[in-house]
Amino acid sequence: MSNTLPPLPYAYNALEPYINEQIMTLHHTKHHQTYVNALNAAEAAYAKASTPKERIALQAALKFNGGGHINHSLFWKNLAPSAAANKGTGGVLKDGPLKSAIEQVWGSLDALKKEFNTATLGIQGSGWGWLGYNTQTKRLEIATTPNQDPLLSLVPIIGVDIWEHAFYLQYLNVKPDYLNAIWNVINFEEAEARLVEASGNSKL
Amino acid sequence: MLSFAARNALKPNVCRAFAASARQVRGIQTASLPPLPYAYDALEPHISGEIMKLHHQKHHQTYVNGLNAAEEAYSKTTSVKEQIALQAAIKFNGGGHINHSLFWKNLAPANEDGGKLVDGPLKQAIERDFGSVEALKKQFNATTAAIQGSGWGWLGFNSGNKKLEVVTTSNQDPLISHVPIIGVDIWEHAFYLQYKNVKPDYLNAIWNVINFKEAEKRLVEASK
Repeated sequence: MSNTLPPLPYAYNALEPYINEQIMTLHHTKHHQTYVNALNAAEAAYAKASTPKERIALQAALKFNGGGHINHSLFWKNLAPSAAANKGTGGVLKDGPLKSAIEQVWGSLDALKKEFNTATLGIQGSGWGWLGYNTQTKRLEIATTPNQDPLLSLVPIIGVDIWEHAFYLQYLNVKPDYLNAIWNVINFEEAEARLVEASGNSKL
Repeated sequence: MLSFAARNALKPNVCRAFAASARQVRGIQTASLPPLPYAYDALEPHISGEIMKLHHQKHHQTYVNGLNAAEEAYSKTTSVKEQIALQAAIKFNGGGHINHSLFWKNLAPANEDGGKLVDGPLKQAIERDFGSVEALKKQFNATTAAIQGSGWGWLGFNSGNKKLEVVTTSNQDPLISHVPIIGVDIWEHAFYLQYKNVKPDYLNAIWNVINFKEAEKRLVEASK
């Protein structure tokens, strides 16, 4: 059973002006597709491997391409056309369990954004910024993963790609502008659904 | 005039004071952005002027600024724990400064012999260790394209076995295991505006502007 590229839940230009059509098209049809193809190849090779040594040798390809597939699949869904551009509900955080959980830890959404952006800007290389749910402490936390490592220590609630291909054509080297802009297209409804599922409870 | 005993008693304190001020003098020396050895558009059509300008004036400058800030903080540390906490910033920004400084010099415009490898010690070493220049390019490009994340591809001189080898480093890690002969930046900012996701096209194109004269100088120096 092979992996496939999930369709984008909106048009390639739907996240404008915050993430442009050219980036979304390349990011989905080229970058994510490449992870899917390479993951399928790595999984096929893994199925044929007959020794632990061969399987271990394939781990890097599985982690990189599997992580790339996981991360991007989550990413497309936690983005939505923006309310600010009158295109959807992206960027709007309504009252509910997610808003309460954010305020519990950071006091406000603005405070979360500030800390999230700082942490994500601090990544030295390629990687992802995450808002994640800690199932032990039952609290939200900010985390980062390098390269295409998937988030394992927390349940992913919101992921933001900070690989240069995610923003460079539009924002060039000015990462802070990208990170400020992307909050306008964050799909807080999807984020809340993930939180409710992770906490097994609609009241936190 | 101090007695012999008094002078000797003072010596350790004086030594420490000199050492401390010497450390301060070392810490004050700041890194600066080296000028590009050619115009921003000189590597066209292989690397666009737009990329060269951003890469030099924004990305490399940021590493220089980050390195200076990290080294200043380091010079003020009072514990090994604080020093360790600053290692990542020094490695990342210091590596970025080292790597990019080498990079600008191992590129050259076509009209300054960029891409031209003449007979000599470098050509001989390449043919000895890879069979041919084409074989080197093929291996170098495949290895560099396979980096999982950001990093650098290197042709390096292995001082142990005296061979040229293709190696990679991740993120801004400097090349330490080998003497850098040729470095190629494979961070997306190095090519994306022009080549988008098509890394192989960038890697094929860049060989037209590799400064083999500089590379040979590095090899001759390393082989001494």
